[in-house]
Amino acid sequence: MEALLEILEELHPEIDFLTHEKLIDDKILDSFDIITLITEISEEYDVRIPVDEIAPQNFNSAQALYALIQRLLD
Amino acid sequence: MKRKKPLIIILLVILTIAFLALLQALLMPKFQTQLLEGGLIADYYQEQNKDHDVIFIGDCEVYEDFSPITLWEQYGITSYIRGSAQQLIWHSYYILEDTLRYETPDVVVFNILSMKYDEPQNEAYNRMALDAMPLSGTKLRAIKASMTEGEEWLSYIFPLLRYHSRWHELSAEDFEFLFRRNPVSHNGYLMRVDVKPVTSIPTPRPLPDYQFSDICYEYLDKITDLCRTNDVRLILIKAPSIYPYWYDQWDQQMVDYAARNDLLYINTLQHLEEIGIDYDTDTYDAGLHMNLSGAEKMSVYFGRILAEEYGLADRRGDDLLAARWNEKAAAYYRQQADQYLELETYGYLRAFRYQSD
Amino acid sequence: MLFTSYSFILFLAVLFVLYYLVPRKIQWLLLLAANFVFYAFSGWDNLAFMLITILSIWLIGRHIGRLHQARDQYLAEHKADLNREQRKAYREAVKSRQLRWLLLALFINLGILAVLKYTNFVIANINTIRGWFAAGELSFVSLALPMGISFYIFQSVGYMIDVYRGKYPPEDNILRLALFVSFFPQLVQGPISRFDDLSQTLFQEHSFDGRTVTYGLQRILWGFFKKLVIADRILVGVNTIIRDPEHYTGIYVLVGMLFYAIQLYADFTGGIDITIGIAQTLGIKVKENFDRPYFSKSIAEFWRRWHITMGTWFRDYVFYPLSISRPMLKLAKKSRTRFGDAVGKRVTVYLSTLIVWFTTGLWHGASWNFIVWGLLNGVVIILSQELNPFYNWFHNRFSVRSSFFFRFFQITRTLLLMSSLRILDCYRDVGISFRQFFSIFTTWNIRELVGGQLLNIGLSVADYLVLAFGVALMILVSLRQRRGSLRDALQERPAPLRYALTIAAVIVVLVVGAYGIGYDSTQFIYNQF
Repeated sequence: MEALLEILEELHPEIDFLTHEKLIDDKILDSFDIITLITEISEEYDVRIPVDEIAPQNFNSAQALYALIQRLLD
Repeated sequence: MKRKKPLIIILLVILTIAFLALLQALLMPKFQTQLLEGGLIADYYQEQNKDHDVIFIGDCEVYEDFSPITLWEQYGITSYIRGSAQQLIWHSYYILEDTLRYETPDVVVFNILSMKYDEPQNEAYNRMALDAMPLSGTKLRAIKASMTEGEEWLSYIFPLLRYHSRWHELSAEDFEFLFRRNPVSHNGYLMRVDVKPVTSIPTPRPLPDYQFSDICYEYLDKITDLCRTNDVRLILIKAPSIYPYWYDQWDQQMVDYAARNDLLYINTLQHLEEIGIDYDTDTYDAGLHMNLSGAEKMSVYFGRILAEEYGLADRRGDDLLAARWNEKAAAYYRQQADQYLELETYGYLRAFRYQSD
Repeated sequence: MLFTSYSFILFLAVLFVLYYLVPRKIQWLLLLAANFVFYAFSGWDNLAFMLITILSIWLIGRHIGRLHQARDQYLAEHKADLNREQRKAYREAVKSRQLRWLLLALFINLGILAVLKYTNFVIANINTIRGWFAAGELSFVSLALPMGISFYIFQSVGYMIDVYRGKYPPEDNILRLALFVSFFPQLVQGPISRFDDLSQTLFQEHSFDGRTVTYGLQRILWGFFKKLVIADRILVGVNTIIRDPEHYTGIYVLVGMLFYAIQLYADFTGGIDITIGIAQTLGIKVKENFDRPYFSKSIAEFWRRWHITMGTWFRDYVFYPLSISRPMLKLAKKSRTRFGDAVGKRVTVYLSTLIVWFTTGLWHGASWNFIVWGLLNGVVIILSQELNPFYNWFHNRFSVRSSFFFRFFQITRTLLLMSSLRILDCYRDVGISFRQFFSIFTTWNIRELVGGQLLNIGLSVADYLVLAFGVALMILVSLRQRRGSLRDALQERPAPLRYALTIAAVIVVLVVGAYGIGYDSTQFIYNQF
C-alpha cells in the first residue's frame, strides 16, 4: 500500500489519496495517469493489470486499486 | 378550464396555419413591377368571365405576338392567351387541360416553337408556368412532368419552401401586393410598344438532327387528342420570329403532322407580306418578338382566318359582352399611351429594362 | 437519405406514427425494418456488407460466449481438483482460443473497412513510390463507401471486444443484434454506441410519453437550426476560401479557420442533436457525443468533450490494450534500465498516444492530411503534458488559475490550436495546408477585411447578420446549459408560450434556413467517415 501511495502521489501531489474515493468520477485520473499507474504497478508489484480490469470501480480510490492488485496477485 | 383546452389547441393550430399562409404569400414573388411575364398565368385565374371563343397556348411567341383586344375590336372574337415565358410543350398541355376545367373554347391555338425543346430547361420557367395554378390533379401531373433535376415537388405545393430565401430581399412591392394584384396583361397579351428593328438575318447553323423528339410528339398528340375529345378545333401556328431560326426541316414535320391529323398549320413566316410585317417597326428586340404594332397586324390577319374559315361569330352585338370588352380596351389604350409617354421620358420601358428578351 | 431532405422527414413521420400504433412487443422489430428501409435508400448492394458484419459478430460472439460458459462450468466443477497454477493455465488456454475467434471477427470487419476505405489510398502511395523509379502507375479501383460503415463497424468491433473481455454476455437474438448495428439515426454520423448502454432502451417497450416526445422534437428542431441556419449558410464562405488557396491567403486563412470551426460545430453537433432527438421521440436513449467542447481549456480536454464516443472508443479498444500490452511493458522496462525512470515512465504512454492518433487520423479519412492531422493532435497533447511542470510553476508563482481572463485565454488558445490543426482537414493536402497556415504570419492583408471584401466570399450582409445571431444563440444556450436543462426550464412555462416559441423556431428554420435551390445541399461532413 505504501508503494502504491507513493506512485499515486507522484502523479498528483495535490490529492490526498488516503481519503479520496472518486478519482475517476471526478476526472482526477485521466487515461495517461491510468497507463502510467499500470506500468508503475507492474514494475513495483510484478503484476499485470489486464485491460478488462480498467473500470471506474477499480480505480476510484487507492484502496480499490490496492484490492485489485491483491486479487490479481492471489 | 378543462373544456376550453381543445378549443385553444384548435385556435392555435388555425392561427399557425394562417400565419404560415401569410408568410408564404409575402415571400412569393409578385411580378407586378418587374419580370411581368411571371404574372401572366395568375392573370387568367383572376379573370371574372372565363368564356372565350379562342384560347392560345404557348411561349412568348403567343403572349407577345397576338392581341385579344384587336381580335375583339376587328372581329368580335373573344380570346385569351394562356402563354408564359419559355412555356414548354408539357406546360402547354397541362395549362390547356387546366383551362378546360373552366371553359371550352371553339378553337385552341398552339404555337409550335416549343417542339424543339425536349427536356426541362430552367426551374424559373417551371415556376412561372405552374406556381399560380390552383392545386389540382392536373397541377400535380404538371409538376411531375416539368421538374428539372434537384427540384422538389413539395416546394410546388408549399412554395414557402422555395421562396423562403427571399426574406432578405423583400421589397415594397411584396407588401403592397400581399393581398391583391393587378393584371399585368390584356387577356394574356403582354404589351410592349418600343421598337428595335431587325438589322441582320441570322444564317442558320446546320443541325445534326432535325427530327423533333418523341416526347414532344407525345405531348402534341395529347394536345390533339384533348382538343378532339372536347370538340375543340386545334390550330398550329408558327410566329414570325427571325430568331430562333425556324428550319425548313422542322416546318415540313409540322406540315406533315397537320396533314396527318387534319389540322390547320400556319407558318406566318411564309405570309409576311400578306400580314404586313415590317421588321423595321414591328419588333421590339430585333426580330425575336413582335411589339404592339406587330401583334396587332398578326391579330388582324389571324382574326380573318378565324372569322372566315372557322366561322367564329361576331359577338359585338352582345351588349353585356361589349361593355366588358370596352372596359378592357380602355385599359389597353391607357397602357399604350402610358408606354409611349414612358418611352418619351426615359427612352426605355422601365418594367423591361433589365431584360434582353 | 439526408437528415435535411423532405423524404427523410416523411420517413420519420410515418415511422413515428406506426411506432406508437403497433403492439409494443414488436416496436423494436418495426425499428429494425425501418433501419433497412433507410439503409436501402443508399443502395441495396451496401446492405450486403452490413449483413456480413451482423452475421459475423453474432456467430463469433455467441461462440466466445459459450467458451466463457464452458470455462466457468469447468472451473466450478473442478474447483477441488485444480490448484491455482492449473486454474490459471486453464484460463489462459481458453482465453487464447477466444482470442483467435476475436481476431477472426476483427479481421472480417476491419478487413471490409480497410479494403473499401483504404485500397485507393494504398494504390496512390504505391504509385508515388513507383513514380520515383519511373515505373508505370496502377489504376484506381472504384469502390463506393457504404454509408456510415466506419460507424457501424466500430460499434460492432466494440461489441466483439466487450464480449471477449466478458463485460457482458453475447446477444443470442440475431435480430436484436442487427437492430443495434443498424440503428438508423446514428448510421449517418454516429455517435458510436456501446451495446450495454444502448440495449437498455433500444429493445424496451415504449408507450407514448408526451414529455419525452416533446423534448425529442425540441432537440431535433435545435439540430435543424444549427445545421440549416448556421452550418449550411457559413459553408458557402468556407468553401470560397478553401477552394482558392492561391487567392485567399493570410488573414483569409484565419477567417476560414474560424468559419470552419463554426461550421463544423454547428453541422456536427446539430446532426447529433437530430440523432439523439429522433431516438428520444422513440423513447430510446443515445449517449451524448459533445459536452460544450469549445469551452475546453486544453486539447486533451477538448478531445474528452468533442465526439466523445469516438474518443472513448479509441481509448478503451486501442489506447488501453496497446499501452499495457506485454511488448509495451517490456519496452518500458528496457527503457527504464537504459535511459532512466523519466523515459521509462513516458515511453509507453507517448508511443501509444502517437499510434492511437495515427489510427484516429486514418479513420477520419484515407489520405495523408488526416494522418498528419491526427499525429499533430497527439504531439500537441504530449507537449502540453511535458509542459505540466512549467504550468505548475507558473500557477504557484501567479495565482491566476481561476481568474476569468486566464480561463478565457485558455479557451481561446484551445480553440485557435484546434482550428489551426483543422486546416489539414480543410485543404485536404499537407503541403497546401502548411503553406496556408504560415501565410497567416507572412501575408499581412488584414486591411482587406475592412474594405468589405468579406462580402465577396458568397455571404451577404443578411447572411452575416443571421450568422451573428445564430452563433450568439449557440453560445448563450451553451452558457445557460451549465445551470441545467434548458428544456426543463421551458417546460415550466405556460403552454401557449411554449407553443408560440416552438412555432417561432420552426418558422425561423423554415424561412432563414439555407436550404433548397440556390444553396448547395450538403452532405454531412462526417457522412463518409
